[in-house]
Amino acid sequence: MMTLRSASTPDRGRKPRAYSFNWVGRIGLAVMLFWAVVAVIGPWISPHPPGEIVDWDYFGPVTENFWMGTDYLGRDIFSRILMGARFTVGIALAAVTLACTFGVILGMVAAVTGGWFDMILSRLLDAFNGIPSLLFGLVVVAAVGSSIPVLVLTLGAIYMPGAYRFARALAVNVNTMDFVTVARARGERTPYLIVREIFPNILGPVLADLGLRFVFIVLVLSGLSFLGLGVQPPNADWGGLVRENIEGLSLGAPAVIFPSIAIASLTISVNMFIDNLPTKIRDRSE
Amino acid sequence: MPRSLLPWLLVLQRLGIALLTLVIVSFAVFFATELLPGDVAQILLGQAATPEAVAGLREAMGLNEPALQRFLGWLIGMVVGGDMGTSYVNQMEVAELVSGRLGNSLRLAGVTTLVSVPIALALGIGAAMWRGSIFDRAVSVLTISVISVPEFMVATLAVLIFAVWLGWLPALSYGANVDSITAMLKAYAMPVITLSFVVSAQMIRMTRAAVIDTINTPYVEMALLKGASRSRMVLRHALPNALGPIANAVALSLSYLVGGVIIVETIFNYPGVAKLMVDAVSTRDLPLIQSCAMIFCVSYLALITIADMVAILSNPRLRK
Repeated sequence: MMTLRSASTPDRGRKPRAYSFNWVGRIGLAVMLFWAVVAVIGPWISPHPPGEIVDWDYFGPVTENFWMGTDYLGRDIFSRILMGARFTVGIALAAVTLACTFGVILGMVAAVTGGWFDMILSRLLDAFNGIPSLLFGLVVVAAVGSSIPVLVLTLGAIYMPGAYRFARALAVNVNTMDFVTVARARGERTPYLIVREIFPNILGPVLADLGLRFVFIVLVLSGLSFLGLGVQPPNADWGGLVRENIEGLSLGAPAVIFPSIAIASLTISVNMFIDNLPTKIRDRSE
Repeated sequence: MPRSLLPWLLVLQRLGIALLTLVIVSFAVFFATELLPGDVAQILLGQAATPEAVAGLREAMGLNEPALQRFLGWLIGMVVGGDMGTSYVNQMEVAELVSGRLGNSLRLAGVTTLVSVPIALALGIGAAMWRGSIFDRAVSVLTISVISVPEFMVATLAVLIFAVWLGWLPALSYGANVDSITAMLKAYAMPVITLSFVVSAQMIRMTRAAVIDTINTPYVEMALLKGASRSRMVLRHALPNALGPIANAVALSLSYLVGGVIIVETIFNYPGVAKLMVDAVSTRDLPLIQSCAMIFCVSYLALITIADMVAILSNPRLRK
C-alpha cells in the first residue's frame, strides 16, 4: 500500500522536486476535487430535480435527455448521483474527521504520557478492532435506527481505534527524539510537547492515513446503504442508489452501473492520490 | 526456562488476549443491542401499549435488573448452556434458528477457501517471482481495484459479466431445490466467485509481499550469486522461509470473509447466518442479532488469532 522510496535514490542530476506530484497522483487529485465540488454545488447543476419522476419509462437507457438513464421509478440517475455525492462525500468526510481528531489526539497523549493510561487505552481500542467494521455498523444501526448523525458517529467510532494506533506508533517514535527530550528537560508540559513538538512531526503521515481511512469509510457506508441501513429514502447516497436499482441488474440497466462507477472513481482516485503523495509530505517523520 | 518453550508461551499469551478481547467485544455487542435502543419492552409492545403492560413485560423479561447482571447472565448462559435466548419475532429458540443456517454459511466459506487459496498463492508467488513484469503489474492493478471498491460492486460486476453478458449463470436467484449437480454448481457459482475475488485480492497482495521480503534477504541473494536459476531461487530458497508469513496472510485474508459474506448472502439471497442477521435487523429482532453478531465476531477473532499464532510458531528465531 505504502511504498517507501529510499532517500538515496539518485535523481540523475536534476534538482529533487520534493513537493511535486507525478501524473497518477494528479489524476487522483483532479477526480477527488471534482467530487468535492460536486458535493457542494451538485443540487444546483442537476438537469432534473433528483427526487421527481421525470420519465414514464423505468430503468430507461442513456439518452440525450437522461445522460445516465433513469431509475426504477423513472427518476433521472445523473441528477441523483450529483445529489448522492453530497451524502457519500459529506458523511464520510465528517466521520473521518471525527475518527482522526479523537484518534490522533488520544494517540499522542498515550504516547507522551505512557504508563497505565497508554496500556489500558491501547488494549481497549485493540479489542474494538476485533469487531468487523460492517458488522459493527449493522449492530448499531439495528439498535438505534439509521439517521445521518448516527451514521457519522458510528463510522467515526469504527475507525477511531485505527487512527489512534497509527498516530500512537508515530508519536512513540518522535517522542524518543532528542528535540523532545530537550523540550522535556526545559520543563515543558505535556500539552506543549504534543502541540509544538510531536504534532507537526507526524502531520504528513497522519494526513495520508486520513485519506486511506476516508476510503474505508466510503466503502462501509456504501455497504450499509446497500443493505438498506444507510441513508434512508427518498434520499440516497451512491450505495443506496445501487440498492434501489439492483432489480435492474439482470437487465444490465445503466441505473445500477453508474452509481457503482461513481463509488469506484472516488475510492480509486483517493488511493491513487495517497499512494503518489510526494515523499516529502508523507515521510515527514523519517 | 528452556528457550524452546518461548513460542508456546507467546501463543498462550495471544490466546489470553483473544479471550479478553472476546469479553470486551461481547460487552460491546450487548451494550449496543440492549442498552442503546432504550426500552425494549416499549419497542416490543409498540406505542399504543398501556404503562402497566410495559411494566409487566419489563418485569417478566428481567429488564429491571442492573445492566451488568443481565450482561453476565447473557454471557454465561451462552457460553455454558448454549442458550442464545428467544427470538422476539416468532418466539423460536435463537439457537435453533441459527444452527440450520450456520451449516450453509460454513459451506459457502469452505468452498470459497478451497477455490481462492490455491489461486491466490499461485498468483501471489508468481507476481513476486516475476516482479516488475507485465504479469506482476496486471495482477497488482486487478487486486488494488478489487480492494478499493465495495464488495457489492464486485458482486454486481460478476453478475453483469457471467449472467447478463455471457449468460452462463442465473443472476440473483438461489435455488432452494437443487436436484442435480449442475444445478448445485450454478447456485453456488456466483456467491463463491464474488467472495473468492474479495478474499483473494488481499491474499495475493500479502503473499507477494511475504515472498518479496524473503527474496530481499542475504541468503537468497547468495543463492542467486552462486548461479541458481530464478525459479530455483524463489521456490527452493525463498519460499520455504516465506511459508510462515504466507500462512499468516492466508488466515488474515480469510477474515475478510466475515464482511464479504454479509453482502454476498444478501445480494444472492443465500440462506446463511448473514442473511438471517440482515433480516433480523429489519425486524429489530435483537436476541437474534446479538447471537449472529457474536458468531461473526468469534469467527473473525479466531481467524486473526490463528494468523498470529502461525506467525509466532513459524518463526524459527523464537525457537533457538
